[in-house]
This record gives sequence, structure tokens and C-alpha cells, in this order.
Amino acid sequence: MSTREKIGWGIGGVLIIVYCLFPIAWIVSLSFKSSSDISNGAFLPTIATDENYATILTGDAAELFLPALRNSFGICLIATALACLLSMFAAYAIARLDFPGKKLILSTALAVAIFPVISIVTPLFNLWREIGLYDTWIGLILPYLSLTLPISIWTLSAFFREIPWEMEQAAQVDGATPWQAFRKVIVPLAAPGVFTTAIIAFFLAWNDFVYGISLTSTSASRPVPAALGLFQGASQFESPTGPIAAAAVIVTIPVVVLVLIFQRRIVAGLTNGAVKG
Amino acid sequence: MAAIEMSHIVKRYGDGFPAVNDVSLDIADGEFMILVGPSGCGKSTLLRMIVGLEDITSGDMVIGGTRVNDKAPRDRNLSMVFQNYALYPHLTVFENIAFPLRLAKVPDAEVREKVEQSATILELHEHLQRKPANLSGGQRQRVAMGRAIVRDADAFLFDEPLSNLDAKLRGQMRAEIARLQRRLGITTVYVTHDQTEAMTLGDRVCVLKKGVIQQVASPRELYEQPANLFVAGFIGSPPMNFLPASAANGTLDTPFGSITLDQSRAAKVGDRDLVLVGVRPEMFEDAALVDEALLDRGARFRAQVDVTEWLGDSQYAYLPYESSPEAAAKLKELAQELDGDQLRTQAIVKIDSTSRIREGGEADFWFDTRKIHVFDPQSGENLTRDAEAGAELTRQAGEDRRAQVDRARATVPA
Repeated sequence: MSTREKIGWGIGGVLIIVYCLFPIAWIVSLSFKSSSDISNGAFLPTIATDENYATILTGDAAELFLPALRNSFGICLIATALACLLSMFAAYAIARLDFPGKKLILSTALAVAIFPVISIVTPLFNLWREIGLYDTWIGLILPYLSLTLPISIWTLSAFFREIPWEMEQAAQVDGATPWQAFRKVIVPLAAPGVFTTAIIAFFLAWNDFVYGISLTSTSASRPVPAALGLFQGASQFESPTGPIAAAAVIVTIPVVVLVLIFQRRIVAGLTNGAVKG
Repeated sequence: MAAIEMSHIVKRYGDGFPAVNDVSLDIADGEFMILVGPSGCGKSTLLRMIVGLEDITSGDMVIGGTRVNDKAPRDRNLSMVFQNYALYPHLTVFENIAFPLRLAKVPDAEVREKVEQSATILELHEHLQRKPANLSGGQRQRVAMGRAIVRDADAFLFDEPLSNLDAKLRGQMRAEIARLQRRLGITTVYVTHDQTEAMTLGDRVCVLKKGVIQQVASPRELYEQPANLFVAGFIGSPPMNFLPASAANGTLDTPFGSITLDQSRAAKVGDRDLVLVGVRPEMFEDAALVDEALLDRGARFRAQVDVTEWLGDSQYAYLPYESSPEAAAKLKELAQELDGDQLRTQAIVKIDSTSRIREGGEADFWFDTRKIHVFDPQSGENLTRDAEAGAELTRQAGEDRRAQVDRARATVPA
């Protein structure tokens, strides 16, 4: 690459980074502005203040925000764990076994993934009320599985296909039952795939708003995105921009932490050295 | 340790194509059997049927007296080295080797002892705590072998284990495998397409073509008394030359002059319009360098030399010749079956390195006619095969082999 090309790529990269990170910087900046500062048109707060954070963590909005944070974590983690476990089995079967209806399962999964959520919310709302799942954790975990499972099955089956067949055959010849071969060889090898899938599934559940707002009514199960919509300003003439921004920043943190923790595992090619490469 | 008996084994895939067709093969206890053939001949499929990774369409697979057709791989007590080694990348070398023992729930102390033992045999001690990704190709190969020998398997199965190594390492590992097999005396089935491996390692070699056994014999018998054109052309490098000829009254009329056959062989060949005369490259010599006493045991001819290749210990000369379209078509077909491609009809001859024959000119050659074979081009059958002499060679190889195993066991207490 010539120097000119390098400079060109560098400028392009910086532009893209600024473009992507600007809204986040804006949110962070907003979250530190005092309420009088919000609409002053400046990018940086005149005086940085933590009053917004105080509002949502200990102040008026804490009642709304903290249980929602707990709900979001609990519901999303459970939904992610279930999605990973179920999709691992499903994806393994799809990648390895030859059975009738394989294509059907994959295309159904895809169909579910692209099905508009909003169209099933109303029937679900009615059904959940009838059978007592409305405003419960399970009542959200189940629809979240419908969001996370299809994509998990697709990504994981791609990962499983990458694992050389020989690994498993070697395990079988070494005396492993199919279950042992799966648990001791395939799962460890698919770990990067499982982590990737887990992160994607977690994001999907974490970001959901429609189910969260429609299928809950109290802090017993209301997740953060829904709770953010219910924030109120100090008076009815004031919109709660600052607290929302602060809450948005807090909600972003776990996601960033997750990615940072698993980044190396996702990137690391664990299958290195399995076969002659 | 166990004998492996296969009778009428057939493997048919979904599209009805028989990858392995009616193979019957008995492998004796402790024997080193090689399955060899060009790609797509069904050798790997056959091996995978022995180990249980491939279903058997029909026929019986008997290992150690038990029919194993319906047994899962884990119940057959065989160990296998895969072509790409199939090491577990998330485990250390120690745990890789220990894997079969861990599955069998062997106590820790015994696992350590056995892994140490295998590591000693394969000189893997300093690598035991490393991960496979950090090992060289040869080391990975040894780890794969360690995993195979660590438990008391009834037989070892190798699926082209050396094909991923470079030439030098391959030679070393070949010797290593031979030594190990002699020492452990365990029944071994070894798949390869490399005929050097086939010739050097095997007690007996099974040559396959399109899923059908062509010949099962000791390497020497294969070389000296091949059953048909395919085996003759497959075994030996450079390959045997096939000269088109017509046979009449005990005389073969070849592009390189006529050859008189002795009576018994003349009777076997009879009179035919087209036969293929098989002459190994080393049966040729520069006529100027042939001992007087030998000259009349062969035939002299004069030929154009296209190319010569000087190799130090010997040299190869390429002698083009004209042939009838019918013979040329037959030779082309044969070359394709052998995974090669014949561009022109030519003989490759091996002559002494001191020969002054140079490319571009004509030169006098001589070839020994006592060991030539005559093949029927249609059926491929070797018309001059001496089955008794061949069987004798295989019997001798068997005796040598038993003596070797006895010696190996006497010097290294098991």
C-alpha cells in the first residue's frame, strides 16, 4: 500500500468511527447536563453534573429504574442461557444429522426471525392474561426465546459445520458415546460460536421494547427499555431527557463489558491445531 | 490383538454406486496389511467400514471372531490415526493421549503411567503439556499415534497418516511406524496411495481398483508376479513399460524388435494380434555396458532417445515409439485408471549412470527378456504369471516377518 492509500484509509476509518460513536458521545454528554442545560445547543455540558444519575439510582426514578434493571438482567440472562442450550442441540442436529424436514426447520426458524413482532403482540397479550403469564418473567422469557432462538440456531449450525467431522469420529473410535463426543469434543470446540451466539441473543433480548411494554404492567417484570418510556420529568412541562440519557448510558455498560470480556474468545480460532492447517 | 476377516463386503451409496464391491479379505493376527490404490478406489471407505464409521451395505465384518457389522465404533476396540490427525485442540498433548483412557474411566495413576509409556516410545516427553496448535506436523502425527497406542486396541487403523508430511519427515515416520508395529505386534491396516509406503511397510498389500480387489500379496510378489495390467502398472516407480506387440509362434513382435519366449511361456501366450509386453525400467540397459555373458539372455534394439534424466546413481532415458491407434487407446485408458495421463507412447528405461547415451540421438539398448510379462489388453490378465513362484515369494515374506517379530519381541520386553 502506498502512503497515499494509507492516508486515505486512515481518514476513511476515522470518519466512520466518528460517525458511529458520535450519538454515543452525545448521549453521554446529555447524561451529564443539568436540566437547564439540556437544550442550550452546546455539545458539552456547561457544568458536568451527576444529578441525572442520582435521579435514576437513588432519586424519584429509582423506583422505576432499579427493578427494571433487575428484571432486564434476569429475564435476558435466562432467555440467553435457554436459547444457547436449545439452539446448541438443534444446531448440532442440523449440522450433523441427516433427517427429513431439516430444510423445513431452518426455513421455519428464518420465518420466525423475520416475522413482525408487533403483529403477534396483541394475541399474545390476550393469551398471557388468560393463562396468567401476563406481567411475569416467564411471560417475557418465552417471547424472547422466539426472538433469540432462530438466530442462535443459524449462527451455531454454521459454527458446528466448521468443526471437522473427524474430531467427532476420532472421539467415537476412542470409545466415546455420541453424547460424550458432543460434550467433550464438540462443545469445547464450538465455545467461540456459543459465546458469539450468546452475545447476539443477549442483545436481542436486551434491546426489546415492544414485548416489554405490552406484556408487563408493573415493576414485577418490566424491563429497562419499557421503563425508560415511562420516565417522567420534574414537571409535566419538562421532558425527562437527562435521566433517560443517564439510564441509556447505564444500560449500555453491560453490553460493552460483555463484548470486551468475550471479544478474545470470539476472535480466537479455537480449532487451530486440530487438523493439519 | 485380533484377526480381521471380511467376506463379501459391499458398500453402496445412496445413488447405487458401489464404492466397495464384494471385497473378501482375511487379515491375520499381527499382520501389517496395506490397502492401496488410486484415489476413489474405495480403500478409505473399506478402512472406515472396519472401524465402524461407515455402514456396511452387505457382507460380514468379523474382528477377533465376533461379527461387528452392527457394533458402534466404540465397541469395536480399534484405534485409528486419521489423515489430518484429528487431535483435540482444546486439550494438551497429555490429555489428547489420555483421552481414550479417560473415557474408559481408568484410574489417574494408571493413566499417567500409560501416557508416560507411550510418550517414551514416541519421544513426546517434553511436549506433554503443550497444545496441538503449537506442535509441528511430525509432532502432531506422533501425538495421534500416541493416542492410538495408549490403550490395548485389537488393531490399529491408519488412514494415509503420512500424506500431510514433507518428504523427509515421511521417510522417518515410515520407519517409525514399521518399528512400532513390529515391536507391538498388533494387527494393522494401513491405507495409502503412496506405493513406497505400500512396498516398505506391508507384510501383504491389497491393491484395489474401483472398489474391487485386484491382488493381495506380499510386495515382492506384486512386483514380480503381478496378476494383471493394473497391478503391474500401479506398483513400481517409474512404472512398468507396456509395449504393444503381436504374438505368433512364441515370438513377440514389439516396437523395439522381436522377443523370443521360452516354451512354457510361449504356450501360455499362444498366437494373438495384440498383447502388451510389460518390461520394468530396470530390465533395460545401455547395450554397450552389458556383460557379454548376459547379452544373449535378452534382446538388443536401437532406439531414438528423447530425454535423459541423470540421477546420480542411475539415469532414466525416455524412448518414444510408434504404436497402432488401438494399442495407444488401450494404454491411454490404463494411464487414466492409474491416476496418470499418458501424452505419448514412450518407454522409460533405467540405465547405468556411467552410460554415455545422451538425448537427441539414437542408441543401442538391451533388455532382459527373462522377467518380462505378457498381458492380454482386453481382460488385463497377466498371461505369463507364475502363480507358484508368486506364492513362494509371499510365503518367504511371511517367514521373514515372523522372524522379525520374534527378534523384536526378544530384544524389547513388552
